[in-house]
Amino acid sequence: MPKLSDTMSVGTLVKWNIKEGQTVAFGDILGEVETDKATMELSCTVPGTILKIYAPAGSQLPVGAPICAIGKKGEAAPEPSAPAPKAAAPATAVPAIPEKTEVSCVPAAPASSGSVAPQSDASRTKASPYAKRMAEKAALNVAALSGTGPGGRVVGRDVAAAASAPAVAAPSGPLNVAVAPPADGKGIQPDADVPVGGMRQTIARRLLESKVTVPHFYLEVEVDAAPLMAMRESLNKRLADAGADAIKLSVNDFILKASAEALRRVPAVNASWAGTSIRTHGAVHLSFGVALEDGLVTPVIRDAHAKTLKDIAVEAKSLIGKARSKKLTPNEMSGSTFTVTNLGMYGVTGFFGIINVPNAAILSVGATIKKPVVDAQDRLVIGHRMVIGLSGDHRVVDGANGAQFLQALKQLLEEPALMLI
Amino acid sequence: MAVISYREALRAAMREELKRDDKVVIMGEEVAQFNGAYKVTEGLLKEFGPKRVVDTPISEAGFIGLGIGASMLGIRPVMELMFWSFSYVAFDQIVNNAGNIRYMSGGLINCPIVIRGPANGGTNVGATHSHTPEAILASHPGIKVVCPATPYDAKGLLKAAIRDNDPVYVMENTILYNDKGEVPDEDYIVPLGVADVKREGSDLTIVAHGRAVITSLKAAEVLEKEHGVSVEVVDLRSIRPLDEETILASVRKTHRALLVEENKPFCGVDAQVAYLIQSKAFDELDAPIHRVSSIDAPQIYCKRLEDQQLPDVNRVVREALKVLA
Repeated sequence: MPKLSDTMSVGTLVKWNIKEGQTVAFGDILGEVETDKATMELSCTVPGTILKIYAPAGSQLPVGAPICAIGKKGEAAPEPSAPAPKAAAPATAVPAIPEKTEVSCVPAAPASSGSVAPQSDASRTKASPYAKRMAEKAALNVAALSGTGPGGRVVGRDVAAAASAPAVAAPSGPLNVAVAPPADGKGIQPDADVPVGGMRQTIARRLLESKVTVPHFYLEVEVDAAPLMAMRESLNKRLADAGADAIKLSVNDFILKASAEALRRVPAVNASWAGTSIRTHGAVHLSFGVALEDGLVTPVIRDAHAKTLKDIAVEAKSLIGKARSKKLTPNEMSGSTFTVTNLGMYGVTGFFGIINVPNAAILSVGATIKKPVVDAQDRLVIGHRMVIGLSGDHRVVDGANGAQFLQALKQLLEEPALMLI
Repeated sequence: MAVISYREALRAAMREELKRDDKVVIMGEEVAQFNGAYKVTEGLLKEFGPKRVVDTPISEAGFIGLGIGASMLGIRPVMELMFWSFSYVAFDQIVNNAGNIRYMSGGLINCPIVIRGPANGGTNVGATHSHTPEAILASHPGIKVVCPATPYDAKGLLKAAIRDNDPVYVMENTILYNDKGEVPDEDYIVPLGVADVKREGSDLTIVAHGRAVITSLKAAEVLEKEHGVSVEVVDLRSIRPLDEETILASVRKTHRALLVEENKPFCGVDAQVAYLIQSKAFDELDAPIHRVSSIDAPQIYCKRLEDQQLPDVNRVVREALKVLA
């Protein structure tokens, strides 16, 4: 099982495209693997004959476990050097690297990201080799830990502390409370323990880690959304004239663009806590939540500060499409500096997201609703109001600069023409 | 078990081997009539006679060559160098002839010579008498090198060296000659190539050899008492063959390593050990490997400065705390 993302510890073999005995060439797509982040294609790096498939489709295996053997026709397949796959039970130990004839399947390389600055969290966090290995075993992100070693280096004791902290802070593990089955025998769903996939485990781990290790504080502002709605309507009307190539701007596209601009005005929010220092980021790499049937993912728009509203709208649409078909590469989901989440389409009027570590803040956007407001002339009028919440990491951002950011954002949203300059 | 000195342990090893095997002979400057420059061979001439215990002229290249020739013909000579510093006069014999004859004869000729003597600084004898050539010699395939730190290891390693069929060079330490320790009365050897965990611990591994082991054990006491740190001390005993597994097992346990030796730092034994650890246990390391060695200068003659030049307990403790940071 190849390691397809920096945080991947287990993978689920979604399907095989090959059969034993089949000849494969370099670059052939052997099958698909679901990681904690995405479903990815396995491409063949060793031409030859499929001698043996060790892991049937649907099995979940730790990184490094043999999944198939490729060799010369007629050659005997080696015995797998790792335990047989277990259905939906992530093994904790990472077995030894397979023998040479076993799996050499590596994923299709994520498209090279050109001008994008390297943003890998782990590579920019100082951590001892031992701490990195411990973190991998404990499925923790070393970048999210504060190091107590020399120069803020994350060392073994930091990982040990982080690994034991949540267990103390929150009752984890299955609750052994007996819940009576439905009295009429016809409940709303079966009583069952549903095994969770890689994505759900990542959500559980990362958000728990954020919520228990990052000191969140919350700010809220109400925005007059009427000018934004008016501008969107008029732009979309014009854009629709383009016919087949027409793009349609969503409210979220405006919020993404406005967020990038607001970060330019208050760059203190575009930063990360780095143990003993605050790391400021020159580029705005904007992450946004995409809800899926079984969870959510957060694709990243790189260099959003340098993109137009249209660029952002087109890129967001493409990323949402990939997210829904689970084709996002790990690269497209990592390295963000700020995150926007939006539940407005569900009618939620206001909320506060959990910070997407190592971001310093997350923006939570509510629905635009009609309600009575008092205008500048003290008249009671019908307003189109949108409530925006900001959750900030108080190690990086204080109330005042958090508020300045919201102020800048409010101004941009209420006078959306400012986004055009 | 008898409590005897390091010097007596070496003598007992030679005495027992002289008795066990009549091919064993002792040769060197002043080893017979004068009873040894450091009295290690005291009484052996009287007990075994001038055919088994032979005084040589002051000519290291000559008598080491004599020993090598004799060893090729089946004699098992135990040669004493008054100081290992003088080995440099006989370097061609020690490295080229002794080290290569088995290989170059296609395994037909063995060279079971033992060369022993003190190799240490710290005794105010100046730059030309204070060399520690274990790293230089161990860098030659075909040569075995051991550095005992205790009376037990001194006796066991010397006996193993005498019985080994390859050249084995035993580096002793004049400062340790009077150190006492328990040594079994019965026959035993300490196998070549096997390190010894002299003290168990869980927070830091100190790897040392020779007298640096004694310094490290004292430092481990201080670290435990004053800093609450549990230190494991691994004594290499053999420089080559090197017991890699004992070193790696200890690092896998403590995840931090400090290497201590009385060599000069440049190309020292611990340069090799540091490479070994990072190459085979990189993912076990929770901190960079540090080294404590002699200060990189010709051996200083001024006694008070020379005492500072060698690793001492304070320096080891200080450096250990850096690794533990």
